[in-house]
Amino acid sequence: MELADFTIKKAREGLKNKEFSSVELTEAYLDRIKKIDKDLNAFLSVTEELALTQAEQADKKIASGEFLELIGVPCAIKDAILVEGQKCTAASKILENYIAPYDATVIKKLKEQGAVILGKTNTDEFTMGSSTENSAFGATKNPHDSARVAGGSSGGSAASVAANEACFSLGSDTGGSIRQPASFCGVVGLCPTYGAVSRYGLIAHASSLDQIGPFAKNVEDAKIVFDVIKGKDSMDATSVEPGISNFKFQISNLKIGVPKEYFAKGIEPEVEKIIRGAIKKAKEAGAKIVEMSLPSSEFALACYYIIDPSEISANLARFDGIRYGLSEPAENLSEVYLKTRGRGLGEEVKRRIMIGTYCLSSGYYDAYYKKAQEVRELIKQDFAKAFKTVDVLFCPVSPFPAFKIGEKADNPMSMYLADIYTIPLKLAGLPGLSMPAGKIGNLPVGLQIIGNHFQEDKIMSIAEQLEKML
Amino acid sequence: MISKEEVKHIAKLARLELTEKETEKMQKDLSEILDYFNLLKKAPNPAKTKNFVVGNKNLRKDETTPRNATIAEKLIAAAPDKKDGYIKVKSIL
Repeated sequence: MELADFTIKKAREGLKNKEFSSVELTEAYLDRIKKIDKDLNAFLSVTEELALTQAEQADKKIASGEFLELIGVPCAIKDAILVEGQKCTAASKILENYIAPYDATVIKKLKEQGAVILGKTNTDEFTMGSSTENSAFGATKNPHDSARVAGGSSGGSAASVAANEACFSLGSDTGGSIRQPASFCGVVGLCPTYGAVSRYGLIAHASSLDQIGPFAKNVEDAKIVFDVIKGKDSMDATSVEPGISNFKFQISNLKIGVPKEYFAKGIEPEVEKIIRGAIKKAKEAGAKIVEMSLPSSEFALACYYIIDPSEISANLARFDGIRYGLSEPAENLSEVYLKTRGRGLGEEVKRRIMIGTYCLSSGYYDAYYKKAQEVRELIKQDFAKAFKTVDVLFCPVSPFPAFKIGEKADNPMSMYLADIYTIPLKLAGLPGLSMPAGKIGNLPVGLQIIGNHFQEDKIMSIAEQLEKML
Repeated sequence: MISKEEVKHIAKLARLELTEKETEKMQKDLSEILDYFNLLKKAPNPAKTKNFVVGNKNLRKDETTPRNATIAEKLIAAAPDKKDGYIKVKSIL
């Protein structure tokens, strides 16, 4: 079986035509993981038993003619999303032996459509980072160059699809954690609109930003998975039921905005060349290109790194040595908190808790948190204004391709700057997609397509047409 | 530059035990990051920030929805210290 060829569509066709069974397909992926993942480190745990049980069930369903959307198709899940009865570590020592007590809503939905879960993928600890180097269990390597990072935080999910260890995967995106690793690994990654997908069962990072989305080999697959996982859920009050649209968007009828702030100082010339090339292709296909400005973009990173840690400092208070996982023995309650958190949490997580606690503390709240919320409003207004004149925005995902392991690990500020193009839209709750647009040597470079709220269908329709041209 | 005492105070508020080495690194990193936040002083002041909430503002009704009892058992099972279906906490006073 040539796993490199398998998209969801192709795997389903093979299963439907009885070319192979889901058990055979699942075993092929498990073998591949056994063979290459020791070096790659995309998986934190392999759920072999679960996968084979699900594959057997899928084969029975296929035999009885029940042909569901993801029936028998093997996938990988970021280890920040709960799969009942399986370990969920969030790549943290504090949850090293934590067993998920229930399924996340997205997992429930995948299971309902017959998907097979191969394992849990590596991430930066509690999804905080841009390279998986903050994982307590070692970094994931880039499948295209083992000296480089896979991106992050959903680096394991991106690498698993790129290295043919899974047909598709799920990740989560708070500041770029789906799109940036998708760009670095050369796969398609979608960060849906805030509210499009339920976060119930996703270990919380920053609740006004977190969103779950798919990684896939092509846009069509990403759309299949997104359609399965989206929708309102009573367990996540921020989730909404999106309207149904079957409208076909032709590139020739579209206005594409190109924000100049995304091509400013700091972008690698080779990356700019590839992105400009993609824009040119869209133009040749008849799209109207509108050069524009999103003036508040320069404040987005500072704004994000106040809001995100502030929410983290509250969300991670639950890791106290009482409710889950690690608990350090101590004399009194306060010491249990201090020691458990001191030993169980990694450097970056501590740093963000510290920044958040500082920004929210008495005397600093107005200067930092309140100011950041005001700036967030300006950023939202920028995008709202832009979408009055254009359909989508085209820009790079990252100013550079995958960087070397260790290159930014000691300097948090330079790591934060890696998110400069993925953060602004998150502050506005908008959807964004990364799709492969070219390569520098053997390193993939992603094009980012940003749409208005709940216009994933428009983004993906454009991406599908563009996919054929690039 | 943020002082070492401030770092220690914030760490205490955040219930994080930091080693001496961690405190020093934190002092350096936090100072650099907080300096970067000064950029926001350049941002124009918006007339009025309408709301701080993203997405819909519908709250759910305060209703009791029946759930499988095994879920509660599994949640308690995850706690490091428990007895007879309760999570044990060290005495507070």
